[in-house]
Amino acid sequence: MGKTLAEKIWSEHVVSSVAGEPDLLYIDLHLIHEVTSPQAFDGLRLANRKVRRPDLTIATEDHNVPTLNIDKPIADPVSKLQVDTLRKNCEEFGVRLHSLGDVEQGIVHVVGPQLGITQPGMTIVCGDSHTSTHGAFGALAFGIGTSEVEHVLATQTLPLVRPKTMAINVEGTLKPGVTSKDIILAVIAKIGTGGGQGYILEYRGSAIRALSMEARMTVCNMSIEAGARAGLIAPDQTTFDYVKDKPHAPAGADWDAALSYWETLTTDSDAKFDKEINLNADELAPFVTWGTNPGQGLPLSASVPNPADFSNAEDRGAAERALEYMDLKPGTPLKSIKVDTVFLGSCTNGRIEDLRSAAEVIKGKKIAQSLRLLVVPGSARVRLQAESEGLDKVFIDAGAEWRSAGCSMCLGMNPDQLKPGERAASTSNRNFEGRQGKGGRTHLVSPLVAAATALKGTLASPADL
Amino acid sequence: MEKFIKHTGSALPLRRSNVDTDQIIPAVYLKRITKNGFEDGLFAAWRNDPTFVLNQPQHKSATVLVAGPDFGTGSSREHAVWALQNYGFKVVLSSRFADIFRGNSQKMGLLTVILSQDEIEKIWQIVESKPETQITVDLESKTVSYQGVTLNFAIDDYTRWRLMEGLDDIGLTFTKIDEVTKFEEKRASYKPKTLPIR
Repeated sequence: MGKTLAEKIWSEHVVSSVAGEPDLLYIDLHLIHEVTSPQAFDGLRLANRKVRRPDLTIATEDHNVPTLNIDKPIADPVSKLQVDTLRKNCEEFGVRLHSLGDVEQGIVHVVGPQLGITQPGMTIVCGDSHTSTHGAFGALAFGIGTSEVEHVLATQTLPLVRPKTMAINVEGTLKPGVTSKDIILAVIAKIGTGGGQGYILEYRGSAIRALSMEARMTVCNMSIEAGARAGLIAPDQTTFDYVKDKPHAPAGADWDAALSYWETLTTDSDAKFDKEINLNADELAPFVTWGTNPGQGLPLSASVPNPADFSNAEDRGAAERALEYMDLKPGTPLKSIKVDTVFLGSCTNGRIEDLRSAAEVIKGKKIAQSLRLLVVPGSARVRLQAESEGLDKVFIDAGAEWRSAGCSMCLGMNPDQLKPGERAASTSNRNFEGRQGKGGRTHLVSPLVAAATALKGTLASPADL
Repeated sequence: MEKFIKHTGSALPLRRSNVDTDQIIPAVYLKRITKNGFEDGLFAAWRNDPTFVLNQPQHKSATVLVAGPDFGTGSSREHAVWALQNYGFKVVLSSRFADIFRGNSQKMGLLTVILSQDEIEKIWQIVESKPETQITVDLESKTVSYQGVTLNFAIDDYTRWRLMEGLDDIGLTFTKIDEVTKFEEKRASYKPKTLPIR
């Protein structure tokens, strides 16, 4: 029997396999940031260990960093200490670091692909659950905890039990105004936040093939929101074209060798997935979440559901709690919900295509008076690219705030937070209680819906303008 | 890591599903650079509500957390495990755990036990009516027992052995480090390196 893509990458990286034990898997690339690494470096120091492969490790500052006045010292002393600790650790252990102000600084999952160090067939880990983003290149990429960060720093390996595999088949053609964000929100609503637990997802089908690399990254990014540690897409010409000529892409004979390997990275026609899910792209519409987990989503044209209509007691209880937290009443049309803040950014939707698509909707118009629009590019390079295309002016002229790169309001570790009771339409990945600021309320949307909502003041798609 | 063989203690009934790691410990608490002192951030937002179960005096000394399904979803922050351990929890019972949270727990010696939702419901009811109920979680016999009831749970033999011996994964991997070196010698030359900077 043939192998799935995930099984192929897995078996290529097994260092040691003993019956009754997890496989020891080699890690090709380890991404580091300031929040989940300090205790890991401490562990190395305590045990008198080195970083085994600094040349397969790269760090950036993203979670904590301010998006205003980045030329000044970080104002929050606790954030500053954490960032300074990363700088000291990288210096001590010889790890490459892109600090605030550096042209390569940005959200770790935006930086890897733009440098070309994210490539097909690799194993990639990071102490961040959205590492699944890199799966868009046909890499096996997943988030790890700090103990595992230390393990990879020390040994460049991880002991892991191979997950099962699940195919997410998305056939058909997306309608105008429907994006890859809507695909993944629909997938999560269908299988639930636990549906992918224990699986590696492989996104397949004509609708996935038609997506750009950046749109594919959005899909893979939110695999974890469906419970799956990793989600991937087989590499194809779109992937190869994206990687080629990036700073760390293979060149010359290495490119040819890499390409001939990458072309083998598909699921064999006779391979069997442990589970398959089908979605029809023709039927998808702009999606929005109404609750406090990413599985609580509906098409924008729907209304807030009635918890009493949920047959499962757990879902009913969760819906009741969610509506109370979100201050929403059953039956309210989603399009009538008024929003205070729109956040355009994050590792889910903070890349150049996301900014371009939102700018196209906003160009020449003004955002609703009652609302603030925060635009946070995913990396310093994305910001520079956007500025060279004049997108910053489009946003600023419309009344938006144009910021520097980082995770920002996706998780509110820096000063970019919602106030208690404030409601946001956000292109990020999590609508958890208080995620974007204590007491804040989040509706997850695509960049197109975010832009239209910013103009209208209520949840809207460009077609509603 | 501390060995885990058997633990007996009272329980905290947390009747909520999808308890994500942002609820277990909000991001603002993640700025610290140590592994301890996170107990003040545990369920920080919910603890503002005086009726929240963790604030109820009858559950003050609980060491076994009994949670709804899909516990530990979301962010990979191991701080969620540290916060639970710093507060004093030794075991979490749930019908479903998020993968990364479960992995992090097993690295740190916080035992995560999967029971059916029916069994969780029964434990909630007992603990809510008799908060002093003692629950014993025995990793050796793979059982959870309380008031004459004994439930079996599954855990893979390797993880069980590692937890019972309190073994550090990194130390175990170093016993195979020659195999890692051999693997590295065969890696393709086109694989990317982060250094030197291009």
